[in-house]
Amino acid sequence: MKGIITLTVLNRPGVLNRITNLFSKRSYNIESITVGHSEQEDISRITVVVQAEDEKDIEQITKQLNKQVDILKVSDITGQSIVARELALIKVAVNPQTRAEIYSLIEPFRASVIDVSKDNLTIQITGESEKIEAFIELLKPYGIKELARTGTTAFLRGMQRSSQTNKVVSIL
Amino acid sequence: MNQKTVLPEKKGEKTKKAGADFLMEALRNHKVEVIFGYPGGAVLPIYDKLYDAGIPHILCRHEQGSIHAAEGYARITGKPGVVIATSGPGATNIVTGLADAMIDSIPLVVFTGQVATSVIGTDAFQEADILGITTPITKHNYQVRTASDIPRIVKEAFYIAASGRPGPVLIDIPKDVAVLEGEADENPELYLPGYQPKIQPNYLQIRKLVEAVSGAKRPVILAGAGVLHAKASESLIAYAEQQGIPVVNTLLGLGGFPADHRLFIGMAGMHGEYAANMALSECDLLISVGARFDDRLTGNLKHFATKATVAHIDIDPAEIGKNVPTKIPVVGDAKEALSQLVEQNGKKAESDEWLDQISKWKAEYPLWYNTESDNLKPQRVIELLHEYTKGDAVVVTDVGQHQMWAAQYYTFNKPHAWVTSGGLGTMGFCVPAAIGAQIAEPEKTVIAVVGDAGFQMTSQELAVIAEMKLPIKIIIVNNQALGMVRQWQELFYQERYSHSLFPVQPSFVKLADAYDIKAFQASTEEEAKTVLQKAFALNEPVLLDLRVEPGENVYPMIAPGKGLHEMEGVKP
Ligand SMILES: Cc1ncc(C[n+]2csc(CCOP(=O)(O)OP(=O)(O)O)c2C)c(N)n1
Repeated sequence: MKGIITLTVLNRPGVLNRITNLFSKRSYNIESITVGHSEQEDISRITVVVQAEDEKDIEQITKQLNKQVDILKVSDITGQSIVARELALIKVAVNPQTRAEIYSLIEPFRASVIDVSKDNLTIQITGESEKIEAFIELLKPYGIKELARTGTTAFLRGMQRSSQTNKVVSIL
Repeated sequence: MNQKTVLPEKKGEKTKKAGADFLMEALRNHKVEVIFGYPGGAVLPIYDKLYDAGIPHILCRHEQGSIHAAEGYARITGKPGVVIATSGPGATNIVTGLADAMIDSIPLVVFTGQVATSVIGTDAFQEADILGITTPITKHNYQVRTASDIPRIVKEAFYIAASGRPGPVLIDIPKDVAVLEGEADENPELYLPGYQPKIQPNYLQIRKLVEAVSGAKRPVILAGAGVLHAKASESLIAYAEQQGIPVVNTLLGLGGFPADHRLFIGMAGMHGEYAANMALSECDLLISVGARFDDRLTGNLKHFATKATVAHIDIDPAEIGKNVPTKIPVVGDAKEALSQLVEQNGKKAESDEWLDQISKWKAEYPLWYNTESDNLKPQRVIELLHEYTKGDAVVVTDVGQHQMWAAQYYTFNKPHAWVTSGGLGTMGFCVPAAIGAQIAEPEKTVIAVVGDAGFQMTSQELAVIAEMKLPIKIIIVNNQALGMVRQWQELFYQERYSHSLFPVQPSFVKLADAYDIKAFQASTEEEAKTVLQKAFALNEPVLLDLRVEPGENVYPMIAPGKGLHEMEGVKP
């Protein structure tokens, strides 16, 4: 199954290494990982999408992450009500015949063209992973020359601001 | 070993010092009694300060020796063992010890030298990415960037190493950071927002456990090393007695519950006692206290405690439910949890029949070995050790058959008298760990029970034993083989003894003699008695080369893939 785990961490050297290590130690495959600043200085926010056997695996990895000294909070938001977004850059081949067709795909997906050359278009799209995948499928027949995806970044919907609360132990 | 500590009068007051001076002060503030270390280029500035810092330092002959000695010290005292190694090869030589300490939850604070900050990352002479290497085998690690960070980082490291579930913490100090001056508060506030070990158990879970006990017919407590780390033996005894619940130990938990107690069943696991393993298989309530359901303890998980409701008391929430589905999770310190359980004074289980059943198993299938041959039996050696030390010694072992025999036959009635490498199973652990144990307990008899193979992995530390005149009794259980490997090859690989028999062995007696350590050899029980008497009469180090039955196997045992109820080699 696919799990989504978000982390708030102290921005210290080595913290990312510690995190990825825990996944590889248990041979869970990280599908994507995004890292960036959070709303608080010195605190970064990480979103990990992980392939695991089952919920028990995700619970175990969540607990192991929780033990790390530089990790402030771990949330398993798999299957919860979340806002999740990913960005992809797609360089696709064009010719005078296909140009209009491709442009007609862009609009319904709210993608945008960010670079144009004689033989290529570079398209930027944001959204949930499924939407991006659907878009990529549609473009494939035209010839995708390059593709770069950021991976998912996410948090819970609603009013909660989670990065300031303390660590929670899932079993109490 | 008393150091005067010169803490700044007021918090927040800053002092100006070189990094290495901050380090010395921090070590004194943390009342470090002894450092196990080995110098080299990157730590020369630190060693220069150590020259007259007044902190005792022990120069083991290999960094692996230093860290295992620190582990031995930490296992006995519960205080973090302190290690210093130089960069590059010095640092990589301690990797095994870190992994050993990590898996057995031993508190260590380890300092490594590093090349100067200006050349980190350039493959400079003796550079190794020790942070990268040790990340998976440390509870936490740091690289110090400026001298002014030293007091804070050292304080955090000692706290992290010894609190919660203990473990090793590594601090990497680049050479220039030790030399340059910085300005810092030498007694900084601890601020670790991401590290808050949970000590107090949840009341509702405690209540659930109390109720589970009152409804149980066949309860059993599985007591692991967590009991020892939490210094919870007395609470465990009080709880088991109050509720009439029998107790089994893990290998690392030995001593946490007195072996001569009427409620003690024995050690469980691959080479555990039949009654203990049957109790785990048949129980209807399993209360694990500070044990982590290692595969050598559980056997095949499919057959493990299938009839039981599982309650698990552990300070590390990640251990709960990791291997065994758990109905009643109690996250917290073992001593806290056990004292609260005693306070609850719940209704006892109706366990009389169960206790009878256990007594029958114990009486019918005790530990046993074949006494027909004239050769010296290794099990007998351990029994003799118990006899001559009145069961009151600190026993340190290496890894292999002798380790299992020591666990089986040296019955432990008191806590903190058993030092063994359990989780990692590190050969070469024994001799240096015994050094640390003897330093921790200078007045006690320390016996190092070691195989002839494992002994040769760290025998260079005899030099330290001789130099410090540590009265350790080194007992080589010499079967002229990698015994445990040989046993598995006999049982599971059609007696194809691939590289497990020694064609050549040194004279251990002469080797000891070279270090000026008295040594004797024995091959029969009578001779063994004589040399053991001699050894224990001498208040100095002695090495005994005991030639035991070479083909002896450790029994009973659970073959790989089998369940706890499928023991082989039980008493016929
Ligand atoms: C560093 C290391 N290498 C290899 C092993 C695998 N191993 C486990 S027991 C054993 C044999 C130990 O022989 P010895 O020290 O003579 O003890 P015995 O089993 O004969 O009592 C070996 C090789 C290990 N545990 N540790």
